[in-house]
Amino acid sequence: MSGPAARFPVMPAVLVLVLLGFMGSAVCRSAVQGVDANGQLEDRALQSRFERIASELRCLQCQNETIADSNAELAVDLRQQVREMLIAGKSNDAIFDFMTNRYGEFVRFSPPLETKTLFIWGAPFVMLLLGGFIVYRVVRHRSGMPVDDEPATGPGTN
Amino acid sequence: MWKFLLPFAAFVALTVLFAFGLNPSRDIHALPSPLIGRPAPAFSLTDVLDPSRPVSNDALKGQVYVLNVWATWCVACREEHEALLAISRQHVVPIIGLDYKDQREPAKQWLEQLGNPYQAVAFDGDGRTAIDWGVYGAPETYLVDGQGRVIFKFISPMTQQIWDREFMPRIAAARGGGA
Repeated sequence: MSGPAARFPVMPAVLVLVLLGFMGSAVCRSAVQGVDANGQLEDRALQSRFERIASELRCLQCQNETIADSNAELAVDLRQQVREMLIAGKSNDAIFDFMTNRYGEFVRFSPPLETKTLFIWGAPFVMLLLGGFIVYRVVRHRSGMPVDDEPATGPGTN
Repeated sequence: MWKFLLPFAAFVALTVLFAFGLNPSRDIHALPSPLIGRPAPAFSLTDVLDPSRPVSNDALKGQVYVLNVWATWCVACREEHEALLAISRQHVVPIIGLDYKDQREPAKQWLEQLGNPYQAVAFDGDGRTAIDWGVYGAPETYLVDGQGRVIFKFISPMTQQIWDREFMPRIAAARGGGA
């Protein structure tokens, strides 16, 4: 068994291995361009933009998950779409526009502030004001009342 | 006066909210398509039955047609298949299929075994065309008018009743008003 191994020169073997390694990585790269083995974009800046965008897009198959969280097929496809658009140099706005043109405003977890979204952005503040007003009224009403619920002198207290 | 009116107003508001929110005939997953009124996204794919035969919606310009998104993995698509067959026999408009994220072989078998209601079936294996159309499930059925605009989208299995109620009047209007 030592015959062929001994006769085989070491350096060319290493070279061949290195070459094979290069070819392997080239094949991987051509499968999904710009994406490393962990499914992360090779460009760190793009990867962080990708993560932000994916966490702001709704997966429409499982409507309360983002496409970053969801494993639904559609989410996988949309993530791939976002990656490709990032690699192609598209801006965040262009990607969000691409998605809303196809799936509607609902696809955005954080819809842009405009006239028709004024209600959803304003509602929490309206609720807060309303709640504050109710608390204010109740407190003021109570503070005006005689303190009658403390030393009750009737039967049944202990 | 306020003591009575405020709770009453709250009660009415809640009743309206519940009537809307708990209405059993409202499909909470149905979303309005932003595509309505806009040009149908162009596609050029190949036929699921014959990879050498192109299928594109360019060839349908000037015609009112229906695009039905289906797949062999989709249980509800099997459910609607009979209805689609019946509708196709009425020869109202061409029905184009979009085989969504599927494989050719099972799709071929499906059409051979269950019957083929489609004039052509575009094979969208990677689902890219479906993304352009805003598809997020199957089955989905789109109606495109003679100017190539999407005028209606229906999500859920097709039935003859839905066809008669939702599609037929729109087809008639598209033909009457359109060129």
